[in-house]
Amino acid sequence: MRTEKPKGRDGGLVQIERMIELEVDGRAVRVPEGSTILDACKKLGVDTPTLCFAENLTPVNACRVCVVELEGSRTLVASCSRKAEPKMVVRTDTERVRSSRKMVLELLGSSVNMSAAGEFENWCSQYHAEPERLGTPSHAPAVIDNDLFVRDYSRCMLCYKCVEACGDDAQHTFAIVMTGRGGEAKIATEFDVSLPESACVFCGNCVGVCPTAALQFRREHTLREAGEWDLAKQTVTKTVCPYCGVGCVLELHVQGDEIVRVTSPSDSSVTDGHLCVKGRFGWGYVR
Amino acid sequence: MDVGRDTQSPEDRVRSVIDHALAPFAEGAQIPRHALLPVLRAIQSSQGWISKTAVAHLSQRMGIAQAELYGVASFYHLFSMEPSPRRVLHVCDDVSCRLRGSRAIVERLSLACAPEGEAREDSAWRRSPCLGQCERAPAALQLIAGDVPKERTFTVRSPEHAEEIFRSPDEGSAAELSDIVVRQPRESLRLLRRVGVVSPTSLDDYRAHGGYQGLRRAHARGPAWVLRELGEAKLLGRGGAGFPAGTKWSAVASCPGREKYIVCNADESEPGTFKDRVLMEGDPFAVIEAMTIAGFTVGAEKGFIYVRGEYPLAATRLEAAIGEARAHRKLGSNVDGSGQRFDIEVRRGAGAYICGEETALLESLEGRRGEPRSKPPFPVHEGLFAKPTLVNNVETLCAALDVVARGAADFASIGTKDSTGTRLFCVSGNVANPGVYELAMGYSLRELLALAGAEFSRIRAVLLGGAAGTFLRGDEIDLPLTFEDTRRVRATLGSGSVVVIDDKTSMMDVLRGLAWFFRHESCGQCVPCRVGTIRVDELVQRVRAKVPLGSWEDERGRLTDLGRVMRDASICGLGHTATSAIESAFERFGLWPDRAEKKGGA
Repeated sequence: MRTEKPKGRDGGLVQIERMIELEVDGRAVRVPEGSTILDACKKLGVDTPTLCFAENLTPVNACRVCVVELEGSRTLVASCSRKAEPKMVVRTDTERVRSSRKMVLELLGSSVNMSAAGEFENWCSQYHAEPERLGTPSHAPAVIDNDLFVRDYSRCMLCYKCVEACGDDAQHTFAIVMTGRGGEAKIATEFDVSLPESACVFCGNCVGVCPTAALQFRREHTLREAGEWDLAKQTVTKTVCPYCGVGCVLELHVQGDEIVRVTSPSDSSVTDGHLCVKGRFGWGYVR
Repeated sequence: MDVGRDTQSPEDRVRSVIDHALAPFAEGAQIPRHALLPVLRAIQSSQGWISKTAVAHLSQRMGIAQAELYGVASFYHLFSMEPSPRRVLHVCDDVSCRLRGSRAIVERLSLACAPEGEAREDSAWRRSPCLGQCERAPAALQLIAGDVPKERTFTVRSPEHAEEIFRSPDEGSAAELSDIVVRQPRESLRLLRRVGVVSPTSLDDYRAHGGYQGLRRAHARGPAWVLRELGEAKLLGRGGAGFPAGTKWSAVASCPGREKYIVCNADESEPGTFKDRVLMEGDPFAVIEAMTIAGFTVGAEKGFIYVRGEYPLAATRLEAAIGEARAHRKLGSNVDGSGQRFDIEVRRGAGAYICGEETALLESLEGRRGEPRSKPPFPVHEGLFAKPTLVNNVETLCAALDVVARGAADFASIGTKDSTGTRLFCVSGNVANPGVYELAMGYSLRELLALAGAEFSRIRAVLLGGAAGTFLRGDEIDLPLTFEDTRRVRATLGSGSVVVIDDKTSMMDVLRGLAWFFRHESCGQCVPCRVGTIRVDELVQRVRAKVPLGSWEDERGRLTDLGRVMRDASICGLGHTATSAIESAFERFGLWPDRAEKKGGA
């Protein structure tokens, strides 16, 4: 499901939306109706950590790292999903907010391998988080049941992004879902059957939205295992998918002389960041 | 039932069970999503588990992906997703039952019958969170799958009795359940006055004891009058949060449109709580009348009662009473000739404490995983099927009926200024007379415990308000039982659960039970609660074993930090309150090994 809010593109409709004024950290900010507190923070340049949030998915507010203090609210609120309302007074720089974010980072870092999760380590230093004091994640080998991508559950933070991308936010395949409950919760297929046995169509949109590299291209996984995965050595080339007439925008991530990953920008008006199996994986012929 | 059943393969059999269960829901070729839980229940209770064949067929019939169905089913612990024996004995091992010997039962079963979860012939047993039978503790629930499934609740009289139940035939005589006993003088009772007096299935009996006077008054005086009375009565919700009922009813009433819902939250799962069960089993028509008044007042034509899966008798009695009420036009297209249209459906849970949280309950009713929604929007505006919905606990509805039947002035004359009316308290644990007691708000905990036959000199602690509540010391029991007085000592009446713990009991054992409970019952959606409940459980285990991670000062800091992030940043009330009892125990009982009191502690 697409969010109704404007996404910062210069669409004509944005101009006629009603604007809402609220206050963030003592500064007034105006955002279009339907925007979230996170949008307001972004507009003011207030840096807010997010993990389960993505521009091209419905917010599930499960990770709780983006929480802020909202005047009149007993608890903190998730800025990624809470709609901005007129006269809201929001604080992002209080001890309470910092403490919660620090704890969320520690809880995650103590249970999941977050080393490939974007800014995670920077946030840990920014919020003085020491995940080891709560425990260390256990390691389990990745599940490899197909030629295209692997599932490394020791990196899975259960952010629901892949479930949303597989489901009604993009692909409408519904091959993977959250299963079980509490500490036993796990993203899986029905009865945990292998992906080739499931409804999976291998579009790789789950891989595209995964924030922790729990889902990796097969080649990426091989390189990571060999200790050869190196973002610094990678270049990104933008192109258009040659397969059909839709014209999906592709970003080819190249390390050495091979394509190691294919993505599409989430703000692309053609793809919203999502691709099909051919655009995502069909690059074996390129040399 | 079905012709040729004996010759059917198991696959054909489960397909016909599904088709049979879906039939009442079919809207043309379409089957609505909310049929899912009832159908999953039908599969579970006919086969004892939910097989791949079942999921595949259901997927085809409902047009829902197999993974999606599996995700929903695997959320609820009364559904088994792997082959399971036909008979499963769920042995309560929660706080109240432990205080009355459940550990010995569990031990006996593992030694004499089978290791937990393993099948012996066609039987298995498992430990269960609180079954809500605490006045009959230690309790067990046996689910027997088959063409005619059985659900039997027991008071387990001894470890040997547990073994007997495990081995007893389906038709055996091991079923033993005492009737509900109300030990108080009848004249002081309001909500409980018919319990144990009327026949729960007789509408005539109900009417002869004052039933349907409230509805008649409501019909005569109109919705605005009901709302005014509720406001003036200052009735606060009895489910745990204490939200003003009148405000909630008014909010739903003021929403435009006729598509609104009344949902009775009967997913009573707070450990040590059983009052809603007593009301539903003993006076089911009261729940129906109260919901009918609610429907009339807020303008809803449909009500659902979501009864926890572990309450077979309550569900049966409610269903029978609804049938009676329909037959006598107390439900239907023209209730009592007033022109009101209202009907009620009973839906049963399948083992998930979290479904007592109102938005998780709505998700579950809609046929989804019981994961709480983020609020706003609140259910009064966007509830069941995204329509305005009034969600009230059973006791709240019955108290609202009391207000309407006897008037706000009468209701408010009982109790204190800010805590009006009576309250049901579920007393269990180390007392002579466990049971449900109805008291005007304002009586002290000591007076309540005296009624239940507590031995005051032996009380180490009282857990007030359930697992999400607070521990009090034996010297704090002069506390008046009101919203305002409990708030003042940072305690809560919560669900009305009162568990008495004597001086022979290890507090650390009790805390481990609570920590395990929350770890088991967290839905897993948000990080603070999913990981937090695990970290708290680990911490409690370290304290119990007296092996700290770092120093005890580090452990204290960890507990404070965990409690704070769970309170501040979890999505719902489960996470917000999951550490409150544990933290209150550490504050009050000198449980830290480096600060242990001479006599107390672990």
